[in-house]
Amino acid sequence: MTGREQPIKEIKTPLRDEQDARVWNALAEVHDPEIPVLSLVDLKIIRSVKVDGENVHVVMTPTFSGCPALNVMKQEVENRLIALGFTHVQVEFTYSEPWKTDLLEESTREKLRAFGIAPPVQLVLPQSPEGRKANLQYALEQPVPCPFCGSENTKLDSFFGATLCKQLFFCDSCHQSFDRFKPV
Amino acid sequence: MSLSLPSHIPREAFVRFLLAQADDELVLGHRDSEWTGHAPILEEDIAFSNIAQDEIGHSLVWLTLHEQLTGRTPDEMGFERIASEFRCCRFVEYPKGDFAYTVVRQYLFDVAEQVRLESFLESSFAPFKDTAEKLLREEMYHLLHSSSLVERLGDATDESHRRMQAAVDAAFPQSLGMFEQLEGEEGLTEGGVFPGNRTLRSRWLKRVVPFLRKVSLALPVKGENEHCTILCPIDDGGRKGMHTAHLDDLINDMQQVYRLAPGPNW
Repeated sequence: MTGREQPIKEIKTPLRDEQDARVWNALAEVHDPEIPVLSLVDLKIIRSVKVDGENVHVVMTPTFSGCPALNVMKQEVENRLIALGFTHVQVEFTYSEPWKTDLLEESTREKLRAFGIAPPVQLVLPQSPEGRKANLQYALEQPVPCPFCGSENTKLDSFFGATLCKQLFFCDSCHQSFDRFKPV
Repeated sequence: MSLSLPSHIPREAFVRFLLAQADDELVLGHRDSEWTGHAPILEEDIAFSNIAQDEIGHSLVWLTLHEQLTGRTPDEMGFERIASEFRCCRFVEYPKGDFAYTVVRQYLFDVAEQVRLESFLESSFAPFKDTAEKLLREEMYHLLHSSSLVERLGDATDESHRRMQAAVDAAFPQSLGMFEQLEGEEGLTEGGVFPGNRTLRSRWLKRVVPFLRKVSLALPVKGENEHCTILCPIDDGGRKGMHTAHLDDLINDMQQVYRLAPGPNW
């Protein structure tokens, strides 16, 4: 770690806290272009914010590594931070402690449901290949209530969906197709 | 951002290793994308379009690491190289063929990728561990998808069996090229980066041989699992830049727009 990247929090002052909050609030207004009801903060993809005078350094982590919305989101974050008056804005991605759907809070899951997307199931993935396979199988066998009518009489149509983060389901009660956020 | 490599990892071999992985994903991702709008059923159209996006995304992950070591950008690597500079195995460059061939190729590739990423969880090179953990979460759906198709089509009807067997006959000798030795890879194994292509191939055979036999698909091998003897010629050379003309065609397609207006802002 270089000097510049030392966490500012260790030398906390009221002013810095306020600065941090200002940045976090601004980032809570940047939305995922593919799931506009969720902000980058809801999605837990903002890893850290470091403010130092007129400089700001934001670390993000990708949801799905091939997601084409990542660059759009990064650009939007940069625009917001410049609008806040920072002269030096640095936004980068990290893969350490990879993002997973278990990070999503209940309030975020509720927003997904209201938007017509079934939230992801809990997915604990052990390191061993056998353990991973077994847990994935178990997770995929859990009932998925239809976000429109609540029925559990639903089935997986495809492991994949309209975007990398979704899977295609069909509800046998209300006869509608719906998306489920892909558990990873 | 630049990356410094620990002194126990030989740089040139490491860069070669990164590029081989990145190129496999980029080229196969492009082939998968050729099913968009053309797959036999809508679900498969969606599946292969997603897989294409994932694989090309994973290629970008490796090319970003590559950039941090060499300074060459992912766009430069994808759009400015000619075929002989690519280090993908030949297996991924063959045309998409019959849907059965696509399914078998994807399955054989998915297992190989799984085995390689699992080995990275124990790599001495820390960024590989994090990346592998991330990519394994995405890749597990690829393997679920391709293995369930192989299971369903392998011995379903006479026609499905015939087409799947023809696909295995064509794909298997090519797929062994995924494990072609890289120049200097012993240094990477000694440095704990990965266990080496021979070991990965054994782990791969241990999974694919019994799985394919279970659905009545015959392989040109004698013996069981990882202890089997390969009875077919191996279609390799890609890691040394010796490719088929199919890669030229693919690259022409892939680079066409970029060459019309070099250095565009996408």
